[in-house]
Amino acid sequence: MATDTVVSTVPVPGPTRPRGRGGVPARAPRRRTLTAYLFLAPFLVLFLTFVVTPAVFGLWISLTDWSPFRDIQHFIGLQNYIDLFTPGSTTSGDFWRSMAATGIFTLASVPFLVVVPLLIAVLLNNRIRAATAFRTIFFAPYVLGVAVVGLIWGYILDTQSGILNHVLSLVGLPGEIPWLVDVPWVWVSLVGVTVWWTMGLNTVIFLAGLKGINADLYEAAALDGAGAVRSFFSVTLPGLRPVMLFITTTTVLASANMFGQSYLLTAGGPGNATRTAIMYIADQGLSQNNMAPASAMSYLLFAFLAIISIVNFRVQRERAESVTT
Amino acid sequence: MSTVPVLARRRPAARRVTATTALYAVLIVLALIIVLPLLWTLLTSFKTDADAVRNPYSFPSPVSLDAYQTLASGQQPILLWLWNSFAAASVQTVLILVTASMGAYALARLDFAGKKIIFGVIISTLLVPPVVFLIPNYLIVQNLGWLDTILAITVPGAAGAFGIFFLRQFFVGLPVEIEEAARIDGAGDFRIFLQVVLPLARPALATLAVLSFLNNWNDFLWPVYVLLSPENMTLQPGLAMLQGAYRTHFGIVMAGAVIASVPVLVLFAIAQRQIVDSVAGAAVKG
Repeated sequence: MATDTVVSTVPVPGPTRPRGRGGVPARAPRRRTLTAYLFLAPFLVLFLTFVVTPAVFGLWISLTDWSPFRDIQHFIGLQNYIDLFTPGSTTSGDFWRSMAATGIFTLASVPFLVVVPLLIAVLLNNRIRAATAFRTIFFAPYVLGVAVVGLIWGYILDTQSGILNHVLSLVGLPGEIPWLVDVPWVWVSLVGVTVWWTMGLNTVIFLAGLKGINADLYEAAALDGAGAVRSFFSVTLPGLRPVMLFITTTTVLASANMFGQSYLLTAGGPGNATRTAIMYIADQGLSQNNMAPASAMSYLLFAFLAIISIVNFRVQRERAESVTT
Repeated sequence: MSTVPVLARRRPAARRVTATTALYAVLIVLALIIVLPLLWTLLTSFKTDADAVRNPYSFPSPVSLDAYQTLASGQQPILLWLWNSFAAASVQTVLILVTASMGAYALARLDFAGKKIIFGVIISTLLVPPVVFLIPNYLIVQNLGWLDTILAITVPGAAGAFGIFFLRQFFVGLPVEIEEAARIDGAGDFRIFLQVVLPLARPALATLAVLSFLNNWNDFLWPVYVLLSPENMTLQPGLAMLQGAYRTHFGIVMAGAVIASVPVLVLFAIAQRQIVDSVAGAAVKG
């Protein structure tokens, strides 16, 4: 009808039509770019200043001969990285020794940090009294800072006056074990203290994963005559696969970033044997003012961790596929 | 349904009792391994030096407050560190709650140009190990004149992606109808955020607050390097100094450990469920 056409062509200054702030007409009713950036602005200022900028800035430093005592820094390309791969250069030997220490700690700690919490979670997942109380106790050390953990265990593990050697000699075992001053005991101590401190975290994650496994599967396994051990391997472990991927990835990263335990318990000793990569990078970059090589090291460590994470992800996914097909 | 009886299956009653006993025995031994060092720390902190050396396992006799008195009056200003830790953890927590809740709301609810890129960049930084930021952030903080101040240990750490990621998940799960009803009533974006969304998000905000507080309270590497003078230290680097200063005084060092632990253990006791559920839930859902 003619009247309808006339009405619809008249531009209606409708009160319901949303207009963007500052007089900019909103194109679509739900597209509000200006408002969104106002909401994001406080976070983005922080994020750009202390995450994006340092990520780029650190890469730049690693490509220069940065010195805090000079005003002008020179671009030297990949020289810092090349030096790290050149045997006999000032930093390469110490750096790779620290990477080896990180590697030893990661290889030694991750199996315990995965298996012990897994077994505890399976135990706690039974119908038992005080399951919540046990869970709380196992998790409690994780809320303590590494400095507290270092103080407590520093005294327990001291060779002469430590309570552990004291207890060992009381029960007739050798009571002069150099827990914090000699290899391989330093590794036993660092791994043990780390398990004591953080096992509660993986335990509660495994527990949450176990709750998600369908109870019917256990019934079916039991009807097939599977015992506790068989149903653990044929029901529990496959059911935990996604959780397992998460836990192995985060635990490897956490162990590879170890710093406080070595710093406080062994001071990197004996003879730098337990000086981890993070410890060496922080020392070179912040105490020795060797910022350019230290930045290169941090990016190299990042690359290593990224590769390990990707490999871990691929391997576990392939295993998942080979089981389901 | 959620609890799966692995051990308590159809078995002879006697075997089941044995299995249950063994189960409790293992759990109790493990719990003792966790608790005994903490208990020993607490007991030692109430001993005199002589008592601590002579009777390492017994209850303190006499019960002594010497260690705490030495700490309160000593050259190491531990009460100042306690206050600094409280101040830093609180300031950073507030900073995270404000910036992350606003940013997360935009990412969860508003449609805008560049949204996918911004969210992608934020999330991808979750995977970068913190050591990459250590040296450049030190230089940035130094240039801002923030070294050895509370700003150094509160502001850079608030820029992490975890808070915004955590709250966005929560906001996405909220029913959008309530916000739409408020919009029809004429409320603007900011009023909807303040008066509708934030009250609904109270549980998630509380969880994030507890996690942020714990995280800042326990941070070690960064404060060790950016805090320089004893009076500006927080408890974590302070305790490391304490260990050097009182190497042979068991009681004093253990009292320091107790002072640093009690606040977080109390916080854990109060917010135990939120802490455990959030760390476990993030893994299982993600």
